[in-house]
Amino acid sequence: MEFTCLSEGKGFYFPPCYILDICGFRVLFDCPMDLSSLTMFLPVSTDSFTMCNGEITSRSCQKSMDLESNVYKRQKIDKPLDESSLIRSEPRYKIIKNLLLWNVSFIDVVLISSPMGILGLPFLTRNKEFSAKVYATEAAARIGHLMMEDLVTMHKEFRQVYGPEGSGSRQWMKWEELELLPSELKEIALGKDGTELAGWMPLYSAADVKDCIQKIQTLKYAEEAFYNGTLIIKAFASGLEIGTCNWSIICPKGSIAYLSSSVFSSATAMCFDYNSLQRSDVILYTDFTPCNGSNISNDGDNGSATADPNQSIDNVNWEAIADDYQEMEKLDFICSCSMDSVKAGGSVLIPVGRVGIILQLLERIALCLESQNLKVPIYIVSSVAEEMMAFTNVIPEWLSKQRQDRLYSGQPLFNHVELLNDKRIQLFPAIHSLKLLTNWQEPCIVFCPHWSLRLGPVVHLLQRWCRDENSILVMEEGVDASLALLPFSPMKMKVLQCSFLSGIQSQFSRPLLKTLQPRHVLFPEKLRQHIDPSKNLFSSSYYSEGETLNVPNLKENSELDIAVDLASRLQYTTLKQGNINIARLKGELAIEQGKYRLLPGTEQGVSSQIRPVVHLGRINLDALLTELRKIALNITVEETTSADGSYKASLVHVLEPNKATIEITKAQTLISTADKNLASQISEAISSILDCF
Amino acid sequence: MAIECLVLGAGQEVGKSCVVVTINDKKIMFDCGMHMGYLDHRRYPDFSLISKSGDFTNSLTCIVVTHFHLDHIGALPYFTEVCGYNGPIYMTYPTKALAPLMLEDYRKVMVDRRGEEEQFSSEQILECMKKVTAVDLKQTVQVDKDLQIRAYYAGHVLGAAMFYARVGDVAIVYTGDYNMTPDRHLGAAQIDRLQLDLVITESTYATTYRDSKYAREREFLKAVHKCVAGGGKVLIPTFALGRAQELCMLLDDYWERMNLKVPIYFSAGLTVQANMYYKMLINWTSQKVKDTYATRNAFDFKHVCSFDRSLINAPGPCVLFATPGMISGGFSLEVFKQWAPYEGNLVTLPGYCVAGTVGHRLMSAKTPAQINIDQDTQIDVRCQIHQLSFSPHTDAKGILDLVKFLSPKHVILVHGEKPKMATLKEKIQSQMGIQCFDPANNETVSIPSTHYVKAVASDALLQSSLSPNLKFIRKCSERGSDFGGLDARTKPGLKVFR
Repeated sequence: MEFTCLSEGKGFYFPPCYILDICGFRVLFDCPMDLSSLTMFLPVSTDSFTMCNGEITSRSCQKSMDLESNVYKRQKIDKPLDESSLIRSEPRYKIIKNLLLWNVSFIDVVLISSPMGILGLPFLTRNKEFSAKVYATEAAARIGHLMMEDLVTMHKEFRQVYGPEGSGSRQWMKWEELELLPSELKEIALGKDGTELAGWMPLYSAADVKDCIQKIQTLKYAEEAFYNGTLIIKAFASGLEIGTCNWSIICPKGSIAYLSSSVFSSATAMCFDYNSLQRSDVILYTDFTPCNGSNISNDGDNGSATADPNQSIDNVNWEAIADDYQEMEKLDFICSCSMDSVKAGGSVLIPVGRVGIILQLLERIALCLESQNLKVPIYIVSSVAEEMMAFTNVIPEWLSKQRQDRLYSGQPLFNHVELLNDKRIQLFPAIHSLKLLTNWQEPCIVFCPHWSLRLGPVVHLLQRWCRDENSILVMEEGVDASLALLPFSPMKMKVLQCSFLSGIQSQFSRPLLKTLQPRHVLFPEKLRQHIDPSKNLFSSSYYSEGETLNVPNLKENSELDIAVDLASRLQYTTLKQGNINIARLKGELAIEQGKYRLLPGTEQGVSSQIRPVVHLGRINLDALLTELRKIALNITVEETTSADGSYKASLVHVLEPNKATIEITKAQTLISTADKNLASQISEAISSILDCF
Repeated sequence: MAIECLVLGAGQEVGKSCVVVTINDKKIMFDCGMHMGYLDHRRYPDFSLISKSGDFTNSLTCIVVTHFHLDHIGALPYFTEVCGYNGPIYMTYPTKALAPLMLEDYRKVMVDRRGEEEQFSSEQILECMKKVTAVDLKQTVQVDKDLQIRAYYAGHVLGAAMFYARVGDVAIVYTGDYNMTPDRHLGAAQIDRLQLDLVITESTYATTYRDSKYAREREFLKAVHKCVAGGGKVLIPTFALGRAQELCMLLDDYWERMNLKVPIYFSAGLTVQANMYYKMLINWTSQKVKDTYATRNAFDFKHVCSFDRSLINAPGPCVLFATPGMISGGFSLEVFKQWAPYEGNLVTLPGYCVAGTVGHRLMSAKTPAQINIDQDTQIDVRCQIHQLSFSPHTDAKGILDLVKFLSPKHVILVHGEKPKMATLKEKIQSQMGIQCFDPANNETVSIPSTHYVKAVASDALLQSSLSPNLKFIRKCSERGSDFGGLDARTKPGLKVFR
């Protein structure tokens, strides 16, 4: 069994990606893409037409200038980054370059653990060679589908500006051009080691997305999926987002748990179901949270949440650890900042891509507005807003306990249902939709994609408000803010950067693993410093990006179930050589539901009497000679070896009562004689010193 | 080893479904229903047969409830709050959400209108529901180390499920009520091909074969339309959930198409609130309804308004949905008394009414007729009576199809009428060669179970058996000589079974 880390990813929006070779099947975990690298491109803009027009002429000038002097080029590299450094082209999208090293047709199974992990999947599924079975939870597939549709819609705007994809769009990928890029952008384009250029792909089409979704087999939490009868695959809630999951794979050789970024108690999503991952033989630990971010250090006061590292499993009350409280505080802070802005006449722009956070913020902001008696509209601008809002209100099975309780008391799962009815929240499919133009009021609070600040309505709204010091932009940490905001500089608008919990904090990982009781854990190399192997009851190994690791073999042998009626028919023989009983059996070997089963065959009534007798064992020459002498044969023994020593045999010559030769090698015993009686006599003698059954 | 099935209810009858199945020390109660036709101790299953001492929590591993109809869940609050069962209870999300409404509705009918002593209070219903663990379809729930249960879609009503239970190698399915053909708002039952020792199936329509549902629906709509066109009033007695929504969708759609303005009423407290639940649980409806929810939720009825008591004798035509179904009492009986004597009015009855209810008496009556409501009330029934011929239960073909598909080793029939069950039992035994039982209440059926012997198999054996590979065999025979006397050619593991 082998485990390869294709990409370590980068936080919530870019989950890691792995390939696991198990029981002869290759399983790909997640297929994300790195949307943060979009910041390398210049966004389209409302004023970009004037800007572009100006630039286009200057660009042609630039070309001639390029020819004249290389000095200019040097200058461009060295000067500080500004808007003009960004690549002015239809963007491409960066997928995982290590995945390109694999032959697509060799992948047997794809497991998707979050909506973000699906975004790169159409790049794979549109390949004709792709034949893998894709599993994802129903909710993750649906949300991922909406995200991809939205992405395709938003990307269309670039097509409108740059025209249909032509050779021009690849201009920036030429070496001469890449050489000219400022070092920050060069690193994004080529990667740290300069090998990532191949990962840039033109975006998939709406048809690719549709086709991709059709290839996904959706699952419920804890639904058993059988792959090829051998693997039992189950998804369990990870608590990170609606529909996100950890995977459990059981094969006849043992059980493996894929532990992705998980959150113990979530306000919207079904909470982390770690109990179902208990007692797996191997855990693939793929939560990079401790090295991803400033989650812990920035919160300042994290003393209250720190669990005592020596705490025993029994004392850990997971529900009580609830990182919930801090998260609520963050949301409250966003709300209060938003209130300040709207009171001052500014607007609030929230381009956050997390469904759970958006849903909570919608409720809280509406509540704040109401309590402060502010009549400020909330807008959601997205091509999939309507579907997303409708969807989130019909999925109680995927939500946290608090939300489910609302179902039982007959309330809508989220307040946005009522807010939409009262028109306090309004949905617009696009920034230029007629409905928006006729209803738009400022100040307002806007939720819209995309968090990279390069795509979608956010670009236009930022351009509108970036000089307004009363307005506020809420963005997430982990995005390179200086680069992301470059096209909008100078930013007068306030920027609130916040981080949301997106995985297991390092202080909880130990008690968690203690509870899970695995036998072996594979950790990211980057987490080595956080792990103290001496205190663990399990063995561990460490992986890095691009490396293949051998996972210790789980079991030597596989379990086999033998049907009782078949087992009862077995006739055991005790071997002469030891305390072993053996029996012959004939049945049908089937593999179903991850188990080998031996069932009575369809041919009935084949009794053991009809079967030829089988002899087993090695001939002990001395014993044979004794036996032969017992039946009064006159014998001599001769050892022969072929010239090269590869063939060794003992020859027993029978001289009386008739001539016969017994040639004994390791592989066979050959009796040669013209006398039938003698032959059977010898044969019986040999049988008597062998096991036969 | 054997599977023991103790039928506490719905044995050779319909009502108070309750079967206790014992598989290797694990005791699972499937459904905990009440009988609508009785008011004495016979309304509940005889729980004393489970445990003489009354320690139900330790005698049962868990309770599984298939859907929210009272004959499947009616006794649950009594069992948990009065009898003191405190163990795990499983049902689907919609059942957990909707069951309290049904139970509360029933409790009100019993106490408020019949003036009976209540069997359980509102608080007890809520307490009982708190003990319930909701499950999703196909979610494999590990009840304890050995017992696994899983719900499959059953159609019938929103959230209805068949339950699969497995202990070790022994597996059974209890169907509850199900429907093998999709209807206006629900899909058809769906289940995986499983290896089963036993299937316990309902058999309400053990001998009925039905044709297309759409023709029957048209009949219903025509009857209603004819009545309101003539200025009559239509009474549709239903339970709060399920049939009410299905018929309402039919009517709402028909009203829209025919541009009718006649009001459709829901009696107070009934389904308007229930529709809220239906909207959230739309993923449990049929594919067609699901596909359209983003633009318009099918349970946003356009033509429906709520009813006021004063409208009972108001002039003009109308359609009224009133609880409870089968006119067993309460508001539907009150309205029935007022409307029944007029020829222009119409009462619709479901395909099945429990014996002892007014509905049951109406089914066999020919109008005009005299119907005894109770000892001292008699009504002249002159109104039209339309019997709904579409039912959310599967017909005999559906039962046979399901049994054939699952091909279990044994079948037990429950939830049906004795003579019809006997016919179906005969059919299953002769056509499919599957042993079939139809136990009466309080009888126990014991059937043998499958069992496997655990063994360990070498990879070489498995690999060569599953994918014959000549190269491998040669390699093995080379190795065979290293083993010494072991002759590879006769090594039994290398035989390829096809």
